[in-house]
Amino acid sequence: MSAGTYYVPEQSRLPIWASFGLFLTVFGAANWMNGSDKGPYLFFVGGLVFATVLWKWFSIAISENMAGMNSPQLKRSYVMGMQWFIFSEVMFFAAFFGALFYIRTLALPWLAGEGDGVDNPLLWPNFTAEWPLMTTPDMALNGDAATRLGPKDSMTFPGWGGLLGWLPLWNTIILLSSSVTVHFAHSAIKNNNRKSFNIWLGVTVLLGVIFLILQAEEYIHAYNELGLTLQSGIYGTTFFMLTGFHGAHVTIGTLMLFIMWMRSMLKGHFKPDDNFGFEAASWYWHFVDVVWVGLFFVVYVFG
Amino acid sequence: MAHGPAKGFTRWLYTTNHKDIGSMYLWFSFAMFFLGGMFALVIRAELFQPGLQIVEPNFFNQMTTMHGLVMVFGAVMPAFVGLANWMVPLMIGAPDMALPRMNNWSFWILPFAFAMLSSTLFMQGGAPNFGWTFYAPLSTTYAPPSVTFFIFAIHIMGASSIMGAINIIATILNMRAPGMTLMKMPLFVWTWLITAFLLIAVMPVLAGVVTMMLMDIHFGTSFFDAAGGGDPVLFQHVFWFFGHPEVYIMILPAFGIVSAIIPTFARKPLFGYASMVYATAAIAILSFVVWAHHMFTVGMPIAGELFFMWATMLISVPTGVKVFNWVATMFKGSMTFETPMLFSIAFVILFTIGGFSGLMLAIAPADFQYHDTYFVVAHFHYVLVPGAIFSITAGVYYWLPKWCGNMYNETMGKIHFWLAFIGLNVTFFPMHFSGLAGMPRRIPDYNLMFADWNMISSVGAFLFGAAQVVFLYNVIATIVSGKKATDEVWDNPEGLEWTVASPAPYHTFAEPPEVK
Ligand code: HEM
Ligand SMILES: [Cu+2]
Repeated sequence: MSAGTYYVPEQSRLPIWASFGLFLTVFGAANWMNGSDKGPYLFFVGGLVFATVLWKWFSIAISENMAGMNSPQLKRSYVMGMQWFIFSEVMFFAAFFGALFYIRTLALPWLAGEGDGVDNPLLWPNFTAEWPLMTTPDMALNGDAATRLGPKDSMTFPGWGGLLGWLPLWNTIILLSSSVTVHFAHSAIKNNNRKSFNIWLGVTVLLGVIFLILQAEEYIHAYNELGLTLQSGIYGTTFFMLTGFHGAHVTIGTLMLFIMWMRSMLKGHFKPDDNFGFEAASWYWHFVDVVWVGLFFVVYVFG
Repeated sequence: MAHGPAKGFTRWLYTTNHKDIGSMYLWFSFAMFFLGGMFALVIRAELFQPGLQIVEPNFFNQMTTMHGLVMVFGAVMPAFVGLANWMVPLMIGAPDMALPRMNNWSFWILPFAFAMLSSTLFMQGGAPNFGWTFYAPLSTTYAPPSVTFFIFAIHIMGASSIMGAINIIATILNMRAPGMTLMKMPLFVWTWLITAFLLIAVMPVLAGVVTMMLMDIHFGTSFFDAAGGGDPVLFQHVFWFFGHPEVYIMILPAFGIVSAIIPTFARKPLFGYASMVYATAAIAILSFVVWAHHMFTVGMPIAGELFFMWATMLISVPTGVKVFNWVATMFKGSMTFETPMLFSIAFVILFTIGGFSGLMLAIAPADFQYHDTYFVVAHFHYVLVPGAIFSITAGVYYWLPKWCGNMYNETMGKIHFWLAFIGLNVTFFPMHFSGLAGMPRRIPDYNLMFADWNMISSVGAFLFGAAQVVFLYNVIATIVSGKKATDEVWDNPEGLEWTVASPAPYHTFAEPPEVK
């Protein structure tokens, strides 16, 4: 591999194993959901294979970089890879934000009879559109009353009086500060200040964990006290799917940052001018943050 | 980098070489092409005569569904990715793809995904039977249990496509030889750059929509369930937001291929290179705002019908620019008609027919008559078969000598072409008529009045199938026993790929070439 300037790796067992692990994971998941006893085993074995391969893959990429095999051009490839990956994630969230927008502003009013030439009132008599949707069309049809608590007790903005006890506000503050702390960490490593880097990165991870704990707290509250679940109609659906996927991404982001922190703490990785692993994780973190700001407004403030 | 490929079959499992991976993509796509073709022939055999002849209606539905899915995700898309793998590094003077290991990962996901998808045929309740567009609630409330496997197959194919697209973008933006400015890139590279962008933008949306299905089916959410306040029409919006750019994903690289071939055999440079680039970009951008032309009859406010009608018609402007440019390239050229050129000329003519029927469908009030009839089937097969498939075929004949070092047999190539050309027109042209007369699509039985056109279509389909067996024979015969090809292969073709030996050495451009 010496003649060229660009490092083209030799044969590698990683990709085929990664494919196999990924396949086993989803194959197991599908079996599991369809009620097969073997499902969970396949799923967990597959997940284990996949995680192991990723671990190996990243270790190899790191050691290649440390061995000086990565030219500036190859590093640019990694940078572009991460940027376009984040763009794909943006589009994934866009699908769910778009669904929420369509449901709230178009579908529900139509379902309640707005617009021309719509026969919905015949299908779903007594249904009125509202948001958060308390009484689903099905419940309206059967004359059932709302089973969950009203808007003032739901996740949405509680009014200025209840502001300080409003969990989503705290979550917003936490995530936004974590974006600042991860930026401090970045500046620190660029100034070759290892100690400060470790502290700020550690604080960021901690904030991520606190966010996740509060989010779990919120879900428990919703399920146990508000009666708001995944099954309680389109409001529960959009609420849990949007915040849930965001939470999953926070989990991944926290894990990435935690690994970066361990790399710095235990192995002394990252140099002022060579810290792409950390940078990639921090971009991901900023992205997760931006998504949250979107969520805060459309799901909570104007929810 | 002087060394050649590794020994043994693990070469293919562990490879990081763009040529190996390109070949695997192409062979995989070829296999899927025959599998999807088999499903199509089951459909055409059943439709040979009215009445239920051969298969159960439910199995018929599984065949239409699997045919569409396998052809779109298994045949057309991987073929283009395979061509990109082989040709993009050669065309821009790069030593390989930007991220070679991820490249192999993108490929190897596909056999697993399609094994899983195909296995649904043997599951309780059968394979997916809700059409390749898998509209809810057919694909949720009323779906067979195998839908869960379908959903996860789509998920991992999507991951493969996204990684493949990221790799292609990074390669094109980062790996060009010195002097290869953006506006010097061959059009195939340009069209793939834009296609890769489309892929990264819409494959996640497809992942999103199948995830919503999964949640509705297994976790009690109500995205597509009006009883819970959701809306089945939401499915169609999200799906077609992916779906329409997806059809351009299947045609933009085709534009690139014929833009490479026509100048070679017309012996003139491509007419209007810059306008080709801008037209491609315009098509890609417009493709995000036309999706609801698939939903005219579903129920939309009149403003929506009008917007999507006009936006759709707007796309024919840049598309027309391209067609005129290809024609102008041929105008007064000293043309010869080798197999790749025949396929390319057929592409220009027949794709244009598909574009015209598309325009007819884009007229919202008229679409109320055409929608869900065989006219739509005729339209999209005219853009996909002589469009996507012919361009891939043309590309294979054009570059095969570079890949394997041997020349194909011109007579056999021409036999393949004429069989395919006649077969496809006999199959799909009558569908315009049965469609305009009102024959619905995705139905195993039909009114007697459609009998003649259907019989003709079925005969054409088997002819087209036979043509592809000739194709397979040609490719194998060329690799095994073709005459040695020269390095240039054709008469003074344009492009860096012709500056390397035939067959292309295992590693090319370890030192980047100088582009003037
Ligand atoms: C001038 C360009 C085009 C226009 C104006 C156009 C317009 C349309 C319209 C209005 C429909 C919906 C018809 C209906 O369901 O009632 C349609 C369907 C379709 N088009 Fe096109 N189209 C164009 C080009 C293409 C291209 C280039 C491709 C693919 C390579 C394509 C693939 C399809 C497919 C697959 C469907 C049917 C999807 C389904 O329902 O299964 N079209 N087209
Ligand atoms: Cu379309």
